[in-house]
Amino acid sequence: MTDHEHHTAPAGTAPVSPEYLYERDDEHQLLPQLVAHLREHRTRLRQEWAGRIQQSGLLRAMTPQEMTVETTSVYDNYVEVLETGSVEALQRYARDLSERIIPRGVETHEVVGIVLLLRDVLARSLFEKYQLDFALLNRVLDAYEPAANRIAITVAGSFVDERERVIRQQQDSIRELSTPVLPVRERLLILPIIGVLHSERARQLTEQLLAGIRTHRAKVVVVDITGVPDVDEAVANHLVQTVDASRLMGASVIITGLSPEIAQTLVTIGVDLSKMDTIGDLQGGLEEAERLLGYTVTRDSGMASP
Amino acid sequence: MSGPKLVSILRQGPHLIASIHTALDDTEMERFREDLVEQIGRHRSRGVVIDVAALDVLDSFGARTLRTIGEMARLRGAVTVIVGIQPDVAFAMVSLGMDTGTVATALDLEEGLAFLEGSGARRSGAGRIGAPAARAVPR
Repeated sequence: MTDHEHHTAPAGTAPVSPEYLYERDDEHQLLPQLVAHLREHRTRLRQEWAGRIQQSGLLRAMTPQEMTVETTSVYDNYVEVLETGSVEALQRYARDLSERIIPRGVETHEVVGIVLLLRDVLARSLFEKYQLDFALLNRVLDAYEPAANRIAITVAGSFVDERERVIRQQQDSIRELSTPVLPVRERLLILPIIGVLHSERARQLTEQLLAGIRTHRAKVVVVDITGVPDVDEAVANHLVQTVDASRLMGASVIITGLSPEIAQTLVTIGVDLSKMDTIGDLQGGLEEAERLLGYTVTRDSGMASP
Repeated sequence: MSGPKLVSILRQGPHLIASIHTALDDTEMERFREDLVEQIGRHRSRGVVIDVAALDVLDSFGARTLRTIGEMARLRGAVTVIVGIQPDVAFAMVSLGMDTGTVATALDLEEGLAFLEGSGARRSGAGRIGAPAARAVPR
């Protein structure tokens, strides 16, 4: 593909009805003209844009210096896309920018908002420049609008992609951290569970618990669900099944820290709770587990009492 | 009967250790039940360990038969403990609503024998065996 063809590529996306044909032809000269105009008034337009961003209360998370740096690079990238018709460089920049600003709490509407503001600021400057020749203005806008929209879509898309990537990454790390199986004494395991238990995580919990019983030859397992706000019916059932399965493997499970909500769920779904061993808190659960295993813990009388 | 043995029933002091080596069909399962219950009487056993560690599936008939064995053994004077249920099998069993009823379960053979030593089987049995009993005493 030659350079020339490359430049015509964006024109291909314009409407193809016959009356537009001649306008498509002169897009070649209109876009460079447009770019030259935007380059010439770069400082003024950029400042106007930054002013509009501030007025709208967007990007509050950024310092004025950062704003200057970022708006300048966005502006230059924007003009470059208009000139070359290739969004690849912009895409890369937008992804990089998203990576930097997502941790600081910048929202999708802000990113879309600032790009649309730039589009409007530039369009206004075009109105101003071509106000005397309405036909020419129309043709300039025909050239400008599709390119500008493409830029807005690219930036918003990159931002959302980046955000989804971050979310996926976090989900992966949560999954890895979610169900630690900790031996506390010989034949005694603790599983502290923190956060919402959905069915996928409950399945993983069962798998790890049963495997843990095998590898550590556990006789008693304390599952602490103090950190679980609520469970749905399916997960509650799953929990009861896990307790039963552990018993089949010769281990008793003590569940501690049931919240009032979970207690209510368990009672409402009407599962057989007679075999469920539950104790109010983790401390009580550990004491019961030690009793079951035959441990007695005594405080050395020589130590200071609390 | 030809080919490798599907189950083995061994005497260990006052107890019987029955190991299932491979998945049994219904006829084989019933035959196993008859053999085991007959041997409990013959050896005057006080406890039975059924080791299913080699099984990666256990159907509902198998689970019910194990439960029946446990109840029949109790009527003939022996305590039964099922050992070695694999994690997958355990969870499959509870998902399908199967359980071992009143029959006890333990992690493995060692645990199962320790359980028998600690339960009713000990009252008349512990005095008679030496080394195995000492090994099974917890802590």
